[in-house]
Amino acid sequence: MSDTAYLQQIAQSDYKYGFETDIEVEKAPPGLSEEVIHYISDRRGEPDWMREWRLRAFRYFMSLLERYEETYPRWAHLKYPDIDFQAISYYAAPQRKPRYKSLDEVDPKILETFRKLGIPLDEQMRLAGVAVDAVMDSVSVATTFKEELAKHGIIFCSMGEAIENYPELVKKYLGSVVPYTDNFFAALNSAVFSDGSFVYVPKGVRCPMELSTYFRINTAGTGQFERTLIIADEGSYVSYLEGCTAPMRDEHQLHAAVVELIALKDAEIKYSTVQNWYPGDAEGKGGVYNFVTKRGICLGENSKISWTQLETGSAITWKYPSVILKGDNSVGEFYSVAFTKGYQQADTGTKMIHLGRNTRSTIISKGIAAGYSNNSYRGLVKVARTADNARNFSQCDSMLLGDKCGAHTFPYLEIENPTAQVEHEATTSKIGEDQIFYCQQRGLSEETAIKLIVNGFCKEVLAQLPMEFAMEAQKLLAIELEGSVG
Amino acid sequence: MALLEIRNLHARVEEKEILKGVNLTVNAGEVHAIMGPNGSGKSTLASVLAGREDYEVTEGEVLYDGKNLLEMEPDERAREGVFLAFQYPVELPGVNMATFLREALKAIREHRGLPPLSPAEFMKLLKEKAALVGLDPSLKQRSVNEGFSGGEKKRSEIFQLAMLEPRLAILDETDSGLDIDALRAVADGVNKLRSPDRAFVIITHYQRLLNYIVPDYVHVMVDGRIVRSGDKSLALELEEKGYDWIKEEVGLVA
Ligand SMILES: Nc1ncnc2c1ncn2[C@@H]1O[C@H](COP(=O)(O)OP(=O)(O)OP(=O)(O)O)[C@@H](O)[C@H]1O
Ligand SMILES: [Mg+2]
Repeated sequence: MSDTAYLQQIAQSDYKYGFETDIEVEKAPPGLSEEVIHYISDRRGEPDWMREWRLRAFRYFMSLLERYEETYPRWAHLKYPDIDFQAISYYAAPQRKPRYKSLDEVDPKILETFRKLGIPLDEQMRLAGVAVDAVMDSVSVATTFKEELAKHGIIFCSMGEAIENYPELVKKYLGSVVPYTDNFFAALNSAVFSDGSFVYVPKGVRCPMELSTYFRINTAGTGQFERTLIIADEGSYVSYLEGCTAPMRDEHQLHAAVVELIALKDAEIKYSTVQNWYPGDAEGKGGVYNFVTKRGICLGENSKISWTQLETGSAITWKYPSVILKGDNSVGEFYSVAFTKGYQQADTGTKMIHLGRNTRSTIISKGIAAGYSNNSYRGLVKVARTADNARNFSQCDSMLLGDKCGAHTFPYLEIENPTAQVEHEATTSKIGEDQIFYCQQRGLSEETAIKLIVNGFCKEVLAQLPMEFAMEAQKLLAIELEGSVG
Repeated sequence: MALLEIRNLHARVEEKEILKGVNLTVNAGEVHAIMGPNGSGKSTLASVLAGREDYEVTEGEVLYDGKNLLEMEPDERAREGVFLAFQYPVELPGVNMATFLREALKAIREHRGLPPLSPAEFMKLLKEKAALVGLDPSLKQRSVNEGFSGGEKKRSEIFQLAMLEPRLAILDETDSGLDIDALRAVADGVNKLRSPDRAFVIITHYQRLLNYIVPDYVHVMVDGRIVRSGDKSLALELEEKGYDWIKEEVGLVA
């Protein structure tokens, strides 16, 4: 069996076995109504202001749903059946009992993938859903991290805890970058969001660690409508990692997350994502639909927001991490690798909105398509009248592995200020037969050759990931490539 | 047993016959030079030996170390010790030279039943071989051939040859585009790599290279066939008289 086949099997087996039915899962009845919003708020023990906020978003979403034909976003280069929003259950209690007693019970093929990715043992257990001391371990690790962060005054907690303990910060910033009126999925998320992470880094503090290990230990399975809010106060710095290279199991097909980043004067936020959700079976059935709204605002002068993403999973990816460059001299960056195979479809890119003077943005996008997949880059560079001397550099390269897949580039430019300097480069190439032959002539198998060439193609982007994550990302890409060409 | 035995090899590309019955025997330890006019099929022969897919072998056979070379995949041929220094080496953007060679060496050593070198051993080897062929050390840190000058590309091919220690090295016009110093450095490198169990097939247009690398045999290829073989003096004769007299002798001039 080829590795790709077994990876698919892994993903399928996750679905086949799912979560055990003997767990008492508290679940809302399917459908969306005002009662459901109250149900969610009640279960989560939320204050009235939060409940009101959800209800406003809910009413807005319902008004969109009523005019579904006009309001549903169909401009992306994606094909999928209509989603029945009244067939989805919008709340399930998050606690889950472990599925296995020890690693011996876990499918050896899953463990093999973990091993290839170099994921540490305790984390393997957690990801596979093994009980034992793993849970204990992660709790203690988490506590250590929390103490270390508290020393610096950094707040890092679940959105639920933030609503309870830091209502002023949440009230001030939640929805300030992505209002619920922003788009169809943002409205839905605002009404029903499950949980997510909250980060606040105080003035002048440089967060001493990547907010990664902690995150990975604590928030696997935060659910299908994640909500993340990160605030970097003046002169602070934080690097945040989201996701996981291991194949992610999840029982929800529709995912609609919202992530908001706020960088005040002289602050910097670096946000890195690895997305590897279930892509569907060989025919593309059953994969995750991922509709994400991610946006940051460089609110203060000299601030910087940098998005880096490696997208390899999901059946449908609809995602445009963007930056609003409001503060003078602020900097926005977007580095992306999107790899699609099988019947996967990705429509991803960014928006760089230049409002302040001397603002700069960089876009580097690498799309790789194999199998029958479709891979699109969609990006907007907007330079407002106010943005004197704005500069943008965009480079969007696509590589095709095979001749049944597609790569597309949709760059949009809106330039309202004559001093803007905007540069756009785009290439589409088929992986070179002569490059592969050259590698083979040095003794490398075709598969190794393709891995090397693709990794080389993505190098600039992968180099932006934090060191340890970059190594994992490379391995992930290599595993994804196995058997995907031919 | 000869290291390489080519018998009546015919090959075509896109319906056009290019090799029209090549015969050649190369023993371990020997250096063979192949000369001949442009378009006569020299690079095609090299490509067929390395296993390039575009070329279809229609007749004949090639034995390498007694085994049927034509049945092997290109990477297997390389692991068995066939090395081609390309006339036009391709660029591999973003692929670090050291990583590339580490992977290649690993594959070749595994094929020979050897464990991979430790990172320290590998780095040492890299340094040694770079010095041997006079490769600018900074080139090792760069992406394979990306942005290399013409001469640097050629030198990097010989560097790779030194790293991978093949048994049969085919050099396709490694000398063209080299300045005098580079030519001498490349030739020096090749001479240092000569050994009783390694053979070289050197494709060249210039007798000059053969002053530095003295061949045991010189062959002349015309219109897809080796039409004459001799020793080093044949190269001198060609330099002086060109190819027409040979073409005439074998009846290939209209
Ligand atoms: N892929 C190809 N498609 C079509 N024709 C080809 C192809 N490869 C080689 N040829 C033709 O085959 C003939 C021999 O080419 P080859 O490159 O082997 O010659 P050569 O002896 O190496 O010449 P040179 O000295 O110029 O390098 C030429 O006429 C060339 O145009
Ligand atoms: Mg040639």
